[in-house]
Amino acid sequence: MTPFSWDHFIAMGGYAAYVWPSFALFFIVLIADYLSPGFRRRRQLRELRGRMARQAARQQRNPSVP
Amino acid sequence: MANWIPLWVHKLSSPPNFYRFAGVLRPWALALALMLGVVALYGGLVLAPADYQQGDAYRIIFIHVPSAWMSLFIYGVMAVAAFISLVWRIKLAEVVAMESAPIGAAFTFITLVTGSLWGKPMWGTWWTWDARLTSELVLLFLYLGVIGLYHSFEDRRQGARAAAFLAIIGIINVPIVHFSVNWWNTLHQGSTVRILGPSKMSSDMLWPLLTMMVATKFYYIASLFGRVRTDLLSLESGKDWVRQIAEKEGAR
Repeated sequence: MTPFSWDHFIAMGGYAAYVWPSFALFFIVLIADYLSPGFRRRRQLRELRGRMARQAARQQRNPSVP
Repeated sequence: MANWIPLWVHKLSSPPNFYRFAGVLRPWALALALMLGVVALYGGLVLAPADYQQGDAYRIIFIHVPSAWMSLFIYGVMAVAAFISLVWRIKLAEVVAMESAPIGAAFTFITLVTGSLWGKPMWGTWWTWDARLTSELVLLFLYLGVIGLYHSFEDRRQGARAAAFLAIIGIINVPIVHFSVNWWNTLHQGSTVRILGPSKMSSDMLWPLLTMMVATKFYYIASLFGRVRTDLLSLESGKDWVRQIAEKEGAR
């Protein structure tokens, strides 16, 4: 086996233009997929806190209404 | 519900319990996926020799094939969960089915694009309307259909029911994708990795491929659990346990 060299590795035997975009796409898509529910979750909880705060304020103004 | 199902399944499938369970398991699944992924990539990109016909271009296999397997595997999970949700009306099964769809679509998209990037140098074309490629494209549209149908109803659970029907009907496409290379003449190569009988691949190349397959399975668990947790919060947003979480995270 030939010793490892970065230039050789990056060149991918002349197929760098096909191999590296494939790997880049794989990681970009999966990272985006992994992070997206976190943003959604934060927004949902923020909205829920807003609803809870409005409900609490309403109750304080008019205690007879649930 | 049927009484042959053990009690812990009942307990686990209650949304607050599953929310906690998934929260504990998710980081471990991601850590395993990353570790195995790094090992597999090292094996595939550095240790494995170049292919005698395709040179280094074949290395796309280490993401293309595991992604393709995941695109079919996730469809299977989605269809089974969809079936369970329609028959027993278990909220968790519904959420698992609906949140599997975007992950499956992501893997299908990766499969199609990396396949295209691999096809250009090897076949001389980005795309051809052959059986394997076309059925995989149909798979992507099925996933997109499930996602679209789920979100096109005002009532989320009604949307999930409609989308579950589509998911179940679409399962017919999974064997078509799998066997397309045997049933039709196609440009796409046949399977090299076999569950029954010896694989037609050198072990230097096979182990990184199989390691990547396991890594993508763990990735699916990690991603699915994150999505399910978020979806459970929004489906149960009126309930006390969700309000407690909202308050706790608001205080931070």
